[in-house]
Amino acid sequence: MKNIQKITRMKLFFPLFCLLLVLLINVVKDPGFFQISVKNGVLYGRLIDVLNRGSEVAILAVGQTLVVAVSAGTDISVGSVMSLSACFTTMLLAGYGVNTTTTIVMPMALGLLAGILMGGLCGAFNGALVSKLRIQPMVATLILFTAARAIGLLLCNNQITYIRYEPYKYLGNFIPGCPIPTPIFVTIVVIVIIMLVLKKSALGTFIQSVGINSRAARLLGINSDFLCFLCYVICGLCAGVAGMIASSRIYCADSNNIGLNYEMDAILAVALGGNSLAGGRFNMAGSIIGAYTIQAITTTLLAMGVSTDQAPVVKAIIVILIVVVQSPVFKSWVETKKNRRRAEIKEAV
Amino acid sequence: MDENVILTMRGITKSFPGVLALDNASLKLRKGEIHALMGENGAGKSTLIKVLTGIYPFEGGEIEMEGVEGQAINHSVQEAQERGIATVYQEVNLCPNLSVAENLFIGREPRTKCNTIDWKKMNSSAREIMKNLDIPVDVTMNLENYSVAIQQMVAIARAVDMECRILILDEPTSSLDDNEVEKLFRLMRDLKNKGVAILFVTHFLEQVYAVCDRITVLRNGQFAGEYTVAEMPRVKLVAAMLGKDLDDLASIKAEGSDTVRKDVVVDAKGLSHKGTIKPFDFVIHKGEVVGLTGLLGSGRSEMARCIYGADRAQTGTLTMNGKELKAKAPIDSINAGMGYLPDDRKADGLIGDLSVKENIYLALQARKGMFHPLSPSEQNALADKFIELLQIKTASRETPVNQLSGGNQQKVILARWLATDPELLILDEPTRGIDIGTKTEIQKLILKLAAEGKSVIFISSEIEEMLRTCSRLCVMRDGSKVGELDHDLTQNTVMTAIAGQGKEGEQ
Repeated sequence: MKNIQKITRMKLFFPLFCLLLVLLINVVKDPGFFQISVKNGVLYGRLIDVLNRGSEVAILAVGQTLVVAVSAGTDISVGSVMSLSACFTTMLLAGYGVNTTTTIVMPMALGLLAGILMGGLCGAFNGALVSKLRIQPMVATLILFTAARAIGLLLCNNQITYIRYEPYKYLGNFIPGCPIPTPIFVTIVVIVIIMLVLKKSALGTFIQSVGINSRAARLLGINSDFLCFLCYVICGLCAGVAGMIASSRIYCADSNNIGLNYEMDAILAVALGGNSLAGGRFNMAGSIIGAYTIQAITTTLLAMGVSTDQAPVVKAIIVILIVVVQSPVFKSWVETKKNRRRAEIKEAV
Repeated sequence: MDENVILTMRGITKSFPGVLALDNASLKLRKGEIHALMGENGAGKSTLIKVLTGIYPFEGGEIEMEGVEGQAINHSVQEAQERGIATVYQEVNLCPNLSVAENLFIGREPRTKCNTIDWKKMNSSAREIMKNLDIPVDVTMNLENYSVAIQQMVAIARAVDMECRILILDEPTSSLDDNEVEKLFRLMRDLKNKGVAILFVTHFLEQVYAVCDRITVLRNGQFAGEYTVAEMPRVKLVAAMLGKDLDDLASIKAEGSDTVRKDVVVDAKGLSHKGTIKPFDFVIHKGEVVGLTGLLGSGRSEMARCIYGADRAQTGTLTMNGKELKAKAPIDSINAGMGYLPDDRKADGLIGDLSVKENIYLALQARKGMFHPLSPSEQNALADKFIELLQIKTASRETPVNQLSGGNQQKVILARWLATDPELLILDEPTRGIDIGTKTEIQKLILKLAAEGKSVIFISSEIEEMLRTCSRLCVMRDGSKVGELDHDLTQNTVMTAIAGQGKEGEQ
């Protein structure tokens, strides 16, 4: 009994529990869920699909977690920034105004790097507005939320630029000879980097301090403004990486559709991970699990034959349930119920 | 006499994870009395009040209240208020971004016929309340424009205006100066004559003897006794609180005098910050304890902030150990060897949700830099060392710091700075809201630091405390430094200096 309590009190218990529940439902509905097969030299299967498709949200969730923790606000521009980064890269690789191309005019690595840095630049813009000008995060990031897609469209001369250059597809699909989808590797790299930084430096503690009480944090020697700025830059870089993957999947930059509504999924992932959107304490692993939970729900619904138009309704219901179960109010309600029952038993004895 | 009893709490038990906060605690309040609730930090005073006002549920015990059938257990603050229990907390719990009038009437705004808020009436009644209490404020201004002391008075005014039968004042005086305390006492006596039962929590013994009729002492969460003020001399009261006799406070100074050395640590010339402090010169030597004294709002905290670089100085120069220090942010001052304990613990000091351990090692970590993290074992050793050294009462080093009592939180912040081993420690009201035993410990600690060759800038509202620890006092008035006292330090000379020429005639 004690051991069970110990487990349920663990920070990661609820996020993991939710993910396992979603997976369990899948197994019951479709025993083949965990089946992984090899076709044409690459892996296929629902599980692989969840891991692959969940990459963008997982990467976005990493940045979003830091932003939420440090500023008690959310960066709602990440989806649009993904789109802008993708457009910037395709413009650089294809050349301005080119509609479709099979050759690229610039080394691909350089183009991808530039796209990621474009994300960082957008993050820096958001960060400057929030940390220096003290604009509320929601309002500050609303600017790029609306503007970034339009800027992307301008960069692509108001058209969808296709890059039919084979290696450009590698990042979002498969590298020849490797059976595992590339986005999974990219996500692992991003997660490992951020986990290493959090473990090997005091960044995590500092971010939490600033999120809880930025005035006190400044007085004890932490550069609160800079840390806040830094978190937005990291979030922007993550959006850039996610944008590269999304663009490579469809080997073009569809300004209107890349990263559409991804900001909501990223914020949801943070919340599902058991993180308070009021900032302060955060749990990076929780957010990442949350991201895959969302993807698992989406994949499940589509597999069950729920139409793409209706899926959001079911998704919303599941998410509401998960969030309610994790809320402190609900937990304390359960706690008092339990205590009352215990007291009644005692009285009866 | 017992028919006068309005509230009885009996055998109250309440535990937090790992700590038994209240263990068979009792309290009896009578109509028309001012009742002091005394005890050391963590004795359970605040917890008992929070149980009474419905903030905390409790496990065992009974609460009876006149006019309430059966058990008078409150489940929420609203319920307590409906039963006539009003509370003013040590830390102001009002909305700083609303006007004074709004704060006074929040939740019970006067309405017009159309059920909209009657602003005219609200402002005029607010003005009247403030006038009656002799508090000089513009009721339409936002509360945040006023000092903590004024905010505290507004909180009290709000409680008083709410037709209460029981008024609880949880250390309301810790941020008030003498004048304001006198105003508050007048108010308390008025209410007492109207039959209100007042529960008064304070650490100031003088105040207990000035206004209270009866005293209940708690010790380690247990009821230690109820006494009338007349039958309880101070020494006995302190002994009851501590459960032992107190070492003589007066003897402290003797151990730690003459520690001042010749080396100048900080030399400030013409430092100023626009709007808060006018240009001042300040010198402190190695091993010296310098006090900044003056009324609240005289600029004593602002001067400390300016030296520390919390507010960036706009004019003047500051040299530390002979090198010019241009602090752009506190981290520069910390790197130069300063530490600063701010007076507003909640807003400027604590990182509430973080653990005791993290709160202790953070400043040292900031000094070492983000990329040179302390190892977990170093962190634990540091935390354990200071929990032991300062006798911080906490369930464990991993307990979130906001679960600690006020005095222990203060010790955590003190530990945070001691961990950085600073050459100059700036302490703004380090003993506010701290029990008398701990106060003595902190004073001793300050003198010990001085003996080790550290310098301390010390700010306190209690002149007595300053006299015991400081070898020199800077006198502040209206945002500027008006003088220094370094010999003949007595209560009288300091009071005269603070009051200044103009007021001397009146005294």
